[in-house]
Amino acid sequence: MFRILKQSFRTGVVTEAVPVHDDAELERLGIEVRRQIDARFGGSLAIRQVDAGSCNGCELEIHALNNPFYDVERFGIHFVASPRHADALLVTGPVSRHMETALRRTWRATPSPKFVIAAGICACDGGEIGVSYASCGAVENVIPVDIKIPGCPLTPLDLLTGLLGALASDDDKR
Amino acid sequence: MSRFDWLSEYLARLDDDHLIARHGDTRVLAPAHRLELDAEDWGPAGRIAAAMGLRHAGVWADPLGPDPMQRGAENGTEIEGPAIRVQACLEQGGDYLILHTLVPQTRPVLGSHTPAYPGVDRLERHAQDLTGVRFLRHPDERRWTRHQAWSADEHPLRQDFPIDGRREGRTPADVDYPFTRIQGSGVYEIPVGPVHAGIIEPGHFRFQAAGEDVLRLEERLGYVHRGIEKLAVGRDPQSLMRLAGRVSGDSTVAHAWAAAQAMERAAGCEPPPRATSLRAILAERERIANHLGDIGAICNDVGFAFAHVQCARLREQWQRRSAALFGHRLMMNTLVPGGVAQDLSETAFRELRLDHAALHKAIEPLFDIVDDHPSLDDRLIGTGILAHADARALGCTGYVGKASGLTFDVRRDSPYAPYDQVTVDSPEETAGDVAARVRVRMKEVRASLWMLDRLLDALPEGEIAAPFALPEEGAMGLGLIEGWRGEILCFVRFASEGRIARYFPRDPSWFTWPALERLIHGNIVPDFPVCNKSVNGSYAGVDL
Repeated sequence: MFRILKQSFRTGVVTEAVPVHDDAELERLGIEVRRQIDARFGGSLAIRQVDAGSCNGCELEIHALNNPFYDVERFGIHFVASPRHADALLVTGPVSRHMETALRRTWRATPSPKFVIAAGICACDGGEIGVSYASCGAVENVIPVDIKIPGCPLTPLDLLTGLLGALASDDDKR
Repeated sequence: MSRFDWLSEYLARLDDDHLIARHGDTRVLAPAHRLELDAEDWGPAGRIAAAMGLRHAGVWADPLGPDPMQRGAENGTEIEGPAIRVQACLEQGGDYLILHTLVPQTRPVLGSHTPAYPGVDRLERHAQDLTGVRFLRHPDERRWTRHQAWSADEHPLRQDFPIDGRREGRTPADVDYPFTRIQGSGVYEIPVGPVHAGIIEPGHFRFQAAGEDVLRLEERLGYVHRGIEKLAVGRDPQSLMRLAGRVSGDSTVAHAWAAAQAMERAAGCEPPPRATSLRAILAERERIANHLGDIGAICNDVGFAFAHVQCARLREQWQRRSAALFGHRLMMNTLVPGGVAQDLSETAFRELRLDHAALHKAIEPLFDIVDDHPSLDDRLIGTGILAHADARALGCTGYVGKASGLTFDVRRDSPYAPYDQVTVDSPEETAGDVAARVRVRMKEVRASLWMLDRLLDALPEGEIAAPFALPEEGAMGLGLIEGWRGEILCFVRFASEGRIARYFPRDPSWFTWPALERLIHGNIVPDFPVCNKSVNGSYAGVDL
C-alpha cells in the first residue's frame, strides 16, 4: 500500500501538469464542449461506442480519451455499456456487412433524442476499405449520421475538436 | 535437429508411407523450403508432421486462373481449367517448410490437417468459406468467416466473384449458427456480443455455465470481415502496404513489415541496413506500447485501477513521442516497400535516448508493484491456466506461448535483419496462468527497451530505402515477423505489372483464440474478462 501511495504521490496529477501547447488547446476545447453539452444534454453526454468493422486503431485512440492526460469524464463525457443509457453513438470502422444488422439494432435501441458520430476516416467515407461484398462503407450508408470526425485513426484531440464543431453547428440550426 | 535433419527425417517418413513429395525451387519462398504433394497425400502428410512434433503455422488457399503462367513453371500436375493452390507452413527449430498442392476448382477436395492439428481448424474453415476448398474428415463442418453476406455456394476469393458481391439489400443477422450445447440440470447459457459492453471490437461469445463455473466457451467471430484478401487483389505494392497496416490497427508496424518482407523477397529487393534498423525500432516501440496498455488493462479487470492509470499515462507519453518523431501515434504508414518512409534526425536520435531512459526509470517501481501485490496475486495466479500441451497442440506463439513454456520467437529462432545483429531474449514462464502472461509482458517490455538502445547504438549510416523493382508475374514471397502478439506470417503472390494476385496475412490470434476457449475451463464467469485480456486476440486480424 505504501509503495502505491508513494508512486501516486511521485507521479502527481498529470492532467494539469503538462504544459505543452496541445494540452492548453485541449483544456480550452474541453471546456467549450462542456458548455455545449450542458446546454443540450443537461450536464453530461453518455456515449456508446460501437465498432462496426474497424481495424481496432480507432478503439485504441478512443480508449486514450479516458487516460489521465485527457480524462474526458471531467468534461461530462462518459462512455456507457448499453445503447439504452446513451445519448450518442460513436461508430468506428467501415460497416462490415456482417455488422450491418447489429449496428441498426444498436441504433434502434438508443433512445431519442440521439445523435450519431462517425469516428475515423473509414466511418466517414469507407476509407481504405470502401464498399465491397464484405463492407457497406461509410456509417451513413446504414444509419443516419450527425457528425463526422475523420482521421486514420482519429486522435483523441480530433475527437474533442470534432465534437465541439458539431455541437456548435447543431446549435445554429435550432 | 537442424533443418537438414528434420527435413530428411520427414521425407523419409513420407517415403515410408508411399507419399510422393517433389522438391520445389528453394529460392521461391526462401527462407522456407518447399515440398509439392499430390492432393490425395495432403492429409497423411499433415498426420506425419504432427507425429514428428512439427508446429503448424497455418494454411491458406490461392485460387489460380486457368492461365498456366500463374501456376509457375515447376508444377508437374496436369489440371484442366482453373485450379486452386493450397499451401501449409510447418516449422521446427526456426526452420520453415511450405507444403503445397494443386486441386481443380471444379472439385477442390483435400484431406484435413485439423484432426492432427486442432489449431488450424478455423484457418481451414476460413479457406473453405472464401475459396470453396473442402477439407475432408474435418471434425467441424460449420461455416466460419461466412455469415450472411454471401451464400454457401459463392466464394469471394475466386476470380469470377465480383468484388462488389452479388447480394442486394440489407445483410441479415447470422442467427442460426449451430452452437454446441451442453444440457443438464442447472446448466444455462450466456450469449455475449457481437456488440460488447466496452470500447472493444465486435465478436460473439457463448458460455455454457453451471452456477459460476464455465463448462464451455465457444467463440463466434467473423463480424469484422472486411474482405481484406479480395481488396488486395490488383493493388500495387505501395497500396498493399497501406492495406497491410490496417489488418489490425494495434499491429500496424508488424503487419506492414511482414507484407514488405514478403514483397521484397518476391522481388529480390534487399532493404538497406539503416532501414531494417529503423523498422526494428518502430516494431519494438509498438510492442512496448501495446504491452503497457495490456498490463494496465489486465490489472484494471481485477479492480486494480492504480496500475491501469499509471500504465495508460506511460503509454500516452510513449505514443506522443511516436507522433512527434515518426509522424503518427500508432506509427501507421511508416514503412514502404524497400525501406522506411522517414529518417531519424540527430535531435530525434537524442530524444529517443532520453525517452528510453525515462521509461526505464518509470516502469521499475511500477512493475515491482504489479509483480508483488497481494490483491493482484489473489486474482491472477492460478487463473486461466493454459497447459503446455494445449499451447503446443494449438501452435501458440508470442506471450501466450511463452507463458506456457514455448519460447519460440522469430527474432531469435529465425532471425531476419536487424535481429541477426542483436541478442534477443525470449522470456519463459511455465505456469501458463494470467500472472505468467503478465510477467512475460513485463519482461518483454524490459527486453525491448534494452534492445532499442542497442539498435540506436549500432544504427548504420546510409540510405533508408532501396529501389523496389517490380517482380515478374507469378513471383511469390513469404514474410515472417515477430509482432507483439507473436509470429505473423504473410504470403504474397504477384500478377503481371507488379500487381498483387494474392495477399494472406496470418495473425498469431488464429491460434490464441482457441487457446482462450481452453484456458477458461474451470474458471468462473466473472474471471472471463481478465482471461480474455491476458490473451488479447485480435478480431480484425483474424476476420480479415
